[in-house]
Amino acid sequence: MTPDLMEAGAEALKHHEELVATRQGSGGASYGRVVTGELDVTHGAILYLDDITVSFDGFKALNALNLNISAGEMRCIIGPNGAGKTTMMDVITGKTRPDVGKAFFGSTIDLLRLRENEIASIGIGRKFQKPTVFEHLTVFENLELALKADRGVRSSMFFRLNGEQLDRIGEILTLIHLRPSAQRVAGLLSHGQKQWLEIGMLLMQDPKLLLLDEPVAGMTDEETERTAELFISLEGNHSLVVVEHDMKFIGELTQGGKNGKKVTVLHEGSVLAEGTLADVQSNEKVVEVYLGR
Amino acid sequence: MNTTSNLKDMSAVLTPPVSPSFGPKTRLLSPKAWTGVFIALAAVLVLVPLFNLVVPAGNPFHLSDYAVQLTGKIMCYAICALAMDLIWGYTGILSLGHGVFFALGGYAMGMYLMRQIGRDGNYQSDLPDFMVFLDWKELPWHWAVSDSFVATLLLVVLVPGLLAFVFGFFAFRSRIKGVYFSIITQAMTYAAMLLFFRNETGFGGNNGFTDFKRILDTPIATPSMRMTLFVLTGLTLIGFFLLARWLVGSKYGRVLQAIRDAESRVMFTGYDPLRYKLSIWVISAVMCGIAGALYVPQVGIINPGEMAPSASIEIAIWAAVGGRGTLVGPIVGAFFVNGAKSWFTQAFPEFWLYFLGGLFIAVTLFLPQGIVGLTRKFNRNAAAEETKA
Repeated sequence: MTPDLMEAGAEALKHHEELVATRQGSGGASYGRVVTGELDVTHGAILYLDDITVSFDGFKALNALNLNISAGEMRCIIGPNGAGKTTMMDVITGKTRPDVGKAFFGSTIDLLRLRENEIASIGIGRKFQKPTVFEHLTVFENLELALKADRGVRSSMFFRLNGEQLDRIGEILTLIHLRPSAQRVAGLLSHGQKQWLEIGMLLMQDPKLLLLDEPVAGMTDEETERTAELFISLEGNHSLVVVEHDMKFIGELTQGGKNGKKVTVLHEGSVLAEGTLADVQSNEKVVEVYLGR
Repeated sequence: MNTTSNLKDMSAVLTPPVSPSFGPKTRLLSPKAWTGVFIALAAVLVLVPLFNLVVPAGNPFHLSDYAVQLTGKIMCYAICALAMDLIWGYTGILSLGHGVFFALGGYAMGMYLMRQIGRDGNYQSDLPDFMVFLDWKELPWHWAVSDSFVATLLLVVLVPGLLAFVFGFFAFRSRIKGVYFSIITQAMTYAAMLLFFRNETGFGGNNGFTDFKRILDTPIATPSMRMTLFVLTGLTLIGFFLLARWLVGSKYGRVLQAIRDAESRVMFTGYDPLRYKLSIWVISAVMCGIAGALYVPQVGIINPGEMAPSASIEIAIWAAVGGRGTLVGPIVGAFFVNGAKSWFTQAFPEFWLYFLGGLFIAVTLFLPQGIVGLTRKFNRNAAAEETKA
């Protein structure tokens, strides 16, 4: 071991001890809560993040982040690079465990106790920043895997599509404009088509909450417009959290559908501003962060 | 404006009411592939026994005992290559330790065969010769059920299966992937080899088990017993091929391929990759164990050399040379490489390893799809030529 390695180790330990010291039982706040499979949104909120802090080697990717999403809401999240948008999604989907904080789905399900696949099965769907589809499977097979069905090994071995499920796949294929490509291998699709396929896979899962990380990156203007239309049509039945850089797209999203959609601006791991798009855009702090004045 | 209903209308217009142009694949094999399976069955069940046992030696159509034994041995290797394809070609997990499962199956069978020698060994003792040599007075505990053939068959499945389960559970739960996983599988087989090399573990040390006399109280070195083992091996290979086909053709098989392509997506779609990886890993290990159990009575020896890291790497080479992710490819690869090996080691014994290394480099560089990929490419080109003309 080199001396600087040991030094780095000592620093990491100190940092960890500090974190533990500041935690003050907030880690135990979930104690005694019921974790059932049922989503309870009677209190109005579908997602509840409280005081979430994530640090990587001393760098705070998320810093006491608070965020509430109401059932059926569409929330746009913007923020400069490194603001913690993707880390936030990682925390919600179980990929990253926060050092401090609480994350609840509805008012009863503690997300911090579940693994990625469990979180996916209780109804949180996630689209990655880089479109992630199963490249060697056909478009149809991609959707088939995402179809709501028993995820167990044995039931997969003996799985047979029924007519209803086939119709559902057909519906989604039409919706994502990939019906003519149903038998194509997903790896051969264009970037924009892969984005659509991934969105289609999310819809097959029929999640209550969709997390969409830069869903229109690499899409043509026309595709972007269609995507906005699609998301607006989902609002109400699903809750959506859209992380995006493309302000034009955010504009399209917030104008369509229900009025008064909120936009949240993240900066350095916490919420900088929250409000309608116009409010946020005129907010001085936001202008400063974005233009770097 | 109501976009939802617009989208719904749109889909109603675009969705044809009947016979969608897409759908799941339901066939297990194409008619052409079924023909291949039946030809293989006929060869194993009829042709080889006929040419070896009925056609007299000296006749140009006579198949020598050596050829039968060699083919039987290679078929055992082919089962390993097939098992490797399930875990590597389809699930994307490169195991460089499959030799240990093969050897464990072989040792389980070997223990039974040692007990079958009875008092016909050099020392005319009830104990296997190597134990007498070590001056042991009684059988060690793990030989307790070795005189029962049924128990042996169970052990052939359970021992590799259990090791694979325990090893796989911890490795996959810790999310060890890629080259790290490959390295620890190498370490596993190497550790097992060192353990089996030791005399005090009761597996015959570096000599292993040999000099078998009987199986099921029947002499083992007769032409008919040799043929029985050959036919059993052939049937097992064909059976496992069909099983593997069924597995990869099911939704289960598509989840495995999805894990290979994008494991995080699989997780966020709600599947638990651990269960899928562990199940295919255990299935693959058990297939190797059964191959090992068929191998030992045919070859007449099992020793820790089968657990050498290089033995496991060779299994991966067969799969790569034949063509990963094709099932039939690794079988072809096992025959091709081992056929070449038995010819080379007679003709130019000192060049075999160079040839093997060169072959692997050539396949990696020029034939990423292996031999089967190459022939498929030729077929496609030929078909394209035909349509042109």
